[in-house]
Amino acid sequence: MSDPIIQLDNIEKHFGNVIALNGVSFDVRAGECHCLLGDNGAGKSTFIKTMSGVHQPTRGSITFEGKPMSFGSTREAMEAGIATVFQDLAMIPLMSVARNFFMGREPVKGWGPFRRFDVDHANAVTMAEMKKMGINLRGADQAVGTLSGGERQTVAIARAVHFGAKVLILDEPTSALGVRQTSNVLATIDKVRKAGVGVVFISHNVRHAMAVGDRFTVLNRGKTLGTAKRGEITAEQLQDLMAGGQELAQLESTLGGTV
Amino acid sequence: MSTGAGNSIADERIKTEPLLSRLMKRPELGAIAGVILVTLFFLITADSSMFTLSGILNFLSPAAQLGILAIAAALLMIGGEFDLSIGSMVAFAGMIFGACVVNADLPLIVAIPLTLAFAALIGMANGLVVLRTGLPSFIVTLAGLFMLRGLSLVGLKWLTDGSTQLRGIREAVADDLLTPLFAGDAFGGLFRWAAANGYLDTFPNGDPTVPGVPVEILWFLGLAALATWVLLRTPAGNWIFAAGGDANAAANSGVPVRRVKITLFMVTAACAALLAIMQVIDAGSTDARRGFQKEFEAIIAAVIGGCLLTGGYGSAIGAFFGSIIFGMVVIGLTYTGFDQDWFQVFLGAMLLLAVIFNNAIRKRVTGER
Repeated sequence: MSDPIIQLDNIEKHFGNVIALNGVSFDVRAGECHCLLGDNGAGKSTFIKTMSGVHQPTRGSITFEGKPMSFGSTREAMEAGIATVFQDLAMIPLMSVARNFFMGREPVKGWGPFRRFDVDHANAVTMAEMKKMGINLRGADQAVGTLSGGERQTVAIARAVHFGAKVLILDEPTSALGVRQTSNVLATIDKVRKAGVGVVFISHNVRHAMAVGDRFTVLNRGKTLGTAKRGEITAEQLQDLMAGGQELAQLESTLGGTV
Repeated sequence: MSTGAGNSIADERIKTEPLLSRLMKRPELGAIAGVILVTLFFLITADSSMFTLSGILNFLSPAAQLGILAIAAALLMIGGEFDLSIGSMVAFAGMIFGACVVNADLPLIVAIPLTLAFAALIGMANGLVVLRTGLPSFIVTLAGLFMLRGLSLVGLKWLTDGSTQLRGIREAVADDLLTPLFAGDAFGGLFRWAAANGYLDTFPNGDPTVPGVPVEILWFLGLAALATWVLLRTPAGNWIFAAGGDANAAANSGVPVRRVKITLFMVTAACAALLAIMQVIDAGSTDARRGFQKEFEAIIAAVIGGCLLTGGYGSAIGAFFGSIIFGMVVIGLTYTGFDQDWFQVFLGAMLLLAVIFNNAIRKRVTGER
């Protein structure tokens, strides 16, 4: 198997006297989907913010493409090829899909005072990239507000991939979606992975993770409890690890195993 | 993708859109419809001379003066901010300009850039306070409205030993080569030629009844075209929409939100100063009451033009037509038998209608239900 694109070893992050992360190790390789699972408050958000350059780790090392790395800002991480799709998606509902797609990175043509936003190119690229992800837009000038939640998620993913993401961090991309839209997004993740991008899929939904994950790492109380490959672990075991064991097992028996 | 509903080429749940409904999504539609309605109204009620060449230039002139403010205000509103100080800025910049040409005896080539730069600096200060404190620009520039008005009064009294009017500007700039760019009429030669050849009405002495196109109308057209081009065809335009739509999302996508907003504040203030320069040269004096309540009229014109109060949506062309509606009504009422003061009633009603209309448009665009 290939070397990891990004490898984080024993990451600790303290906020004052609060220890948010207490020894997290995680890595992701090109073309795989590595799921990071954890319940609310387990430290998932802190961890992805550390990975995407929002926070700097208190202790521990980050290796990116074989070299030690410390990102001072999200901008630096983005330029290196680590793209994060946060839950707010960084999309503006009133603007067209194409304008959102190229927001902050507008293609230009012409020179001097006639340098202008190449709208036709932006529209064509947007339509093509969305089509690749399996979404046929009515037009690139369609406002993002008219898209469904799943489609918006896909626009955000397509945008990150188009701009050269090597590692794509998805923060609970399916948490607010319906069944069909969830399967659309999971299918998109599969496409991205096949294109050779390393996907970090953050979720607290074991079933969604099991559907696309190649490897699974469980985070609990600021620590990683180990990483398992697909096929080595069952959904029930993952669920138990996330919840920290006993209590949920009891609950589950009364609920009939549907959690 | 095998399971998607969105991937079939014709989604059976989306009807094809008729032209009218697509037009409905243009922000400037309301303003254009307004121009048509107002035109029809005055065609019926007003004296026919309103729609002769001189009549049209007559109402376009105040429309242009307001429009120079309204277009800038529209850009700023799309960028998510307000500037209530632009009316007072007209008085303040007028004072600075008057002091430059009368008290300091500077030529226009120095006085004009100096006035514009000074105004832009105040605009920048507005922007910095808004961004640093995170307070709504509405309240920060409301403070500016009073401070600049007060400074204009105090400053003018100080400059003139007690008067709130500074005179002698016409004499000071009469021979300046730049004066025709900011005051008077353009294309005078063309109009005289047209009159001589019988295309235009003339006075008994052979001069055309319309001496030319007032220069503010040309500035108005130029600014509207430039603002529209910037908004729709440059990266900066995309940044303005983004900064107003969701500053946070824009910043996360690499849009220089602070720079965009501060530049917009500077442009707005500079446009107010440009209007001040034109008005002051034209009137030959400057007065502390200049630009009174123009900030509201400019914002109303921008809103009639389709700008949302919440930012992120609107158009410069809309503000252009919004200003024309204004000019038509202000001047048009004098061609009718109606009381002039109906203007205020009209103003309020128009604003209310526009806001309701815009709200509906926004829901259409975002597909909200």
